[in-house]
Amino acid sequence: MQLNSKAPTGPVETRWERHKFAMKLVNPANRRKYNVIVVGTGLAGGALAATLGEQGYRVKAFCYQDSPRRAHSIAAQGGINAAKNYQNDGDSIYRLFYDTVKGGDFRARESNVYRLAEVSVNIIDQCVAQGVPFAREYGGNLANRSFGGAQVSRTFYARGQTGQQLLLGAYQSLCKQIDAGSVEMFPRTEMLELVIVDGRARGIVARDLVTGKLSTHMADVVVLCTGGYGNVFYLSTNAKGCSATATWRAHRKGALFANPCYTQIHPTCIPVSGEAQSKLTLMSESLRNDGRVWVPKRPEDCSKDPAQIPESDRDYYLERIYPSFGNLVPRDIASRRAKDMCDQGLGVGPEVGGQRRGVYLDFADAIKRLGQAGVAERYGNLFEMYERITGDDPYKTPMRIYPATHYTMGGLWVDYNLESTIPGLFVGGEANFSDHGANRLGASALMQGLADGYFVLPYTVANYLATTPKGDAAAGEAAATEALASVQARIDRLLSIGGTRSPDSFHRELGQIIWDNCGMARDKAGLERAIARIPELRREFWSSVRILGSGDELNVSLEKALRVADFLELGELMCRDALMREESCGGHFRTEHQTEEGEAQRNDDGFQFVGAWQYAAEGQEPVLHREALEFEYVKPSQRSYK
Amino acid sequence: MKTMNLVLHVWRQKDAQAKGEFVRYEAKNVSEHSSFLEMLDQVNEDLIGKGQPPIAFDHDCREGICGTCGMVINGRAHGPQQLTTTCQLHMRQFKDGDEIWIEPWRAKAFPVLRDLVVDRGAFDRIVQAGGYISARAGSPPDGNAIPVPKEDADRAMDAAACIGCGACVAACPNASAMLFTAAKAGHLNLLPQGQPEKERRVVGMVSQMEAEGFGHCTNHYECMSACPKGIDVEFIAKLNRDFAAASLTARGERQSAGDG
Repeated sequence: MQLNSKAPTGPVETRWERHKFAMKLVNPANRRKYNVIVVGTGLAGGALAATLGEQGYRVKAFCYQDSPRRAHSIAAQGGINAAKNYQNDGDSIYRLFYDTVKGGDFRARESNVYRLAEVSVNIIDQCVAQGVPFAREYGGNLANRSFGGAQVSRTFYARGQTGQQLLLGAYQSLCKQIDAGSVEMFPRTEMLELVIVDGRARGIVARDLVTGKLSTHMADVVVLCTGGYGNVFYLSTNAKGCSATATWRAHRKGALFANPCYTQIHPTCIPVSGEAQSKLTLMSESLRNDGRVWVPKRPEDCSKDPAQIPESDRDYYLERIYPSFGNLVPRDIASRRAKDMCDQGLGVGPEVGGQRRGVYLDFADAIKRLGQAGVAERYGNLFEMYERITGDDPYKTPMRIYPATHYTMGGLWVDYNLESTIPGLFVGGEANFSDHGANRLGASALMQGLADGYFVLPYTVANYLATTPKGDAAAGEAAATEALASVQARIDRLLSIGGTRSPDSFHRELGQIIWDNCGMARDKAGLERAIARIPELRREFWSSVRILGSGDELNVSLEKALRVADFLELGELMCRDALMREESCGGHFRTEHQTEEGEAQRNDDGFQFVGAWQYAAEGQEPVLHREALEFEYVKPSQRSYK
Repeated sequence: MKTMNLVLHVWRQKDAQAKGEFVRYEAKNVSEHSSFLEMLDQVNEDLIGKGQPPIAFDHDCREGICGTCGMVINGRAHGPQQLTTTCQLHMRQFKDGDEIWIEPWRAKAFPVLRDLVVDRGAFDRIVQAGGYISARAGSPPDGNAIPVPKEDADRAMDAAACIGCGACVAACPNASAMLFTAAKAGHLNLLPQGQPEKERRVVGMVSQMEAEGFGHCTNHYECMSACPKGIDVEFIAKLNRDFAAASLTARGERQSAGDG
C-alpha cells in the first residue's frame, strides 16, 4: 500500500486556499440528498454535525453519553490557541505553525499544521459569534494569556472551563439543527462496527445503550470524531466512557492506525491516592505559570511536612536544569523529569505500590508576590478542586502533582483531506493522528477539534460527496446485515463466557502493563515483555471475563467488556510501534536513545516518517507502512529549552 | 490511611416500567481518599463477584464538569458537600458506620431508566427550543469587532457554568427546571450577540420547559443550594423579566428554527 498524503505543494501560505478552490462543491439543492454519519459529538463531531446540518445535508449524529453536551472536550481547562496577535507581541500564523511543528518534535505534516494555524483565527471569531463567554479585558476586548511555555500570549480562555464553553457553543449550534430537523441525534448510542460496501465506508452498527437494541445506519459518508485512546492506560484524565472502539473497529476493517506510541503524559495531575482509584484529575497547566516545582534534596526528607524543609534543602529541579524555560518546559520534559525524581527516591506524598509518586507545586512565592486574592483570581477554581479531592489546602501547603496520561497524538491515519485509508471514512479531532506530531502543545487540542469540525471537514467531505457516485442500495443491505450479525456474535460470545473476573479487573491489569512498559520511558526489554504478556491477558479475558445480565438491557458490564476487548488489542499495537521506533521524539522516549544530558535523541535519518499500521488477522503481526515526512520550512533541530 | 465500613440503601429498579425498591448493601474497607463513585465501584466489583447485577449509575468525566453523574444522597442532591458533584464528593465526608441512602433524581420529567440512571433528554429539548445563537460557520466578524464589557462577560460566564446535571430539578419540591432554563437563557441574553434572538429564545425555552412536565418555581431556592456550580437564583428573576418583556411582543412567538 502506497500512502498518499494528498498534501498540496508550493508555497505553504496558499496551500489550503488553492486546495479549497480545487475541490468540488455540492449544489445547495442537492445537499439534502446526501446522508452523513458523524460519530462522536465533542468539539470536532459536534461542530461538524452542526455545520453540515446548517449547509443542508442530512446528518445522523451519535454519542454514547446521555447528551451531546457531555463529550469529553468539556473537561479541557486551560484555553485555545489562535494566531490573532491581539497582544501585538509578535505572533503570526507562521509563528504558530513554526511552534507547532517544533513542539511536535518534527513528526507532523507541515501542510496540515500550517492549515491548522491558518484557520485558528476563524475559530475565535466563530466562537465569539456563538456567545462563548471568553475572558475579557475592562475595555471589552478579548483577553489572552501565555500558555504552556509559549513566548507569546495567544491563548483565549473562559475561566478554567474553556473546553466546556467551546463545547456548549458547538452543542447549541447542534441543538438548533436538531430542532430544524437537519440533524437526527442518537444519544446513549455506541458505534460497534463499521459497514463497508464495495470498499467504501457506508454505515455503522450501533447499540442503544438503554434497550440494548442493535441497529444499522447507512449513509454516503462516515466521519469518526470519537476522541483518543488514552484509557488504554486505565488510569488517565479521560472520561470513563472514552474508548477506542470506533477507531479500532475501523482499523480492523482496513483503516491504518498511525503512530499509536505517541501518547502525551500531562505533568500536572493529582497523584494516585490508593488502589481504588478510578481516574486521574488534571490540574490546568496554567498553574506552572506561577507555581514552582520542587522535591526535597534528600530522600529522608520526603516523608516530612514540606513546611519543615528549609529552602536550602529543596531542589527546584526544572529551574536548575532548564534556566531559560524553568517551570514552563514542554509537557513531555516536565513529565519525564518528575518521573526521574521519583524514581531516584525523591518523590513525596503517600506510598502507593511501594513508591512515593508526587512532586511539589508550590505557590508560596506567587502568594507573596500577588497576594492570596491575586492567586485566587487566577486559579481559585483549581485550588478548590484540589482541596475537594485531596483534603489539602494549596494556599497553605504545596500541591502534590504527578504526570498522568492525557492525550493521544496517534490515531487513524488520514490524508490532507482527513480521509482514512478506507474511502468515505473521514476522521477528525483527537481520533486522527494528523497535526501534533509526537507531542501536542498546550491549548492546541481544542484548536484542532474545532478546526477540523468547522473549517476543514465541511469542505473535504463535500468534495468526497461531489466526486463519488452513489452506491448500490441492495449491495449495502447485505453488508449491513453481515456487520450486524458479527456484532451480535461478539456480544453473545462475551455473555456466554461466564467466567470469574470483572471487565474492570482486566482493564486495570492491562493499564498497569502499558504504564510500566509503554509510559513515560520505554525500552526494548520492557516492550518485548509487554508484547508477550498482552496476548496472554487477552486470552484470559476471552476465557474468564464475567458479564452478568443480558444484551437486551442497560448493561454497564457489557459496555465495558466490549471496550476493554478492543483496548486489549490496541495496547499491543502501541507497544509494537514503540518498539519499532528506535529513537526518542516528543512523548515517545526510548531510554536507549537520549543525549548525554538525558534529553530525547531523534533519529531523523531513520525515523522521519509516520508509522502507519495495517491490521493483519487475529494473532498475526500487523504490517507497517511509512509516510515520509519532509520539512521545507521548519528545519529539524534538537529542541532546546535550557 | 483511614478506612470505613458503611451500610448502603440503594434504589434498584430494573427498567422504566419496573417497580423499584431500596436494597441494603455493605461497603467494607472503603478508603477515606476514595470518591463516592469509587466506593460504588468497589461495591459493584463485590456484587459481580457474588453473581449479582452491579448498580447502574451515570458518570463519565469524574472531575465535576460533564454533568453526567448525579444521585440523591441522604436526601440531598449530590450529597452533603456544597458546590460539589457526586463524582467529586470524597469519602472523608463520611465516617465509619454511617448509613447512606442513595436514590436517583426524582422528577416526572426525568424518568428512571435503571437503578440510579435517569433520562434527562428534556434538558436537551429545552435548549433545542431556542437556547442558541445562530452563527453560521464562516460568516462572523472579527472576535474583537463587538467589545463586551468585562462585567457582562463575567456575568454571562457565571450563568454559562451550568453543567446540566439536573440537581436543581431533583432538589426542588416542585421539580421545576427554572434554574437550568434561566442559566441557559441568561448566559446568551446577557451578551450583545444574543440580543437579536432574545425574545424568541425565552418564549421558546420556557414553553418547552412547561411542555416537558417540570413544575413551577415557587421560590424555595433549594436549586441554588444544591447546584454544584453555584448558579444564582438572580438568573431566574432575569428570566422572568425577559419572558414578561417577550410576551408583550408578537416577536417572541415560538417558531421552528427552519432549515437555516
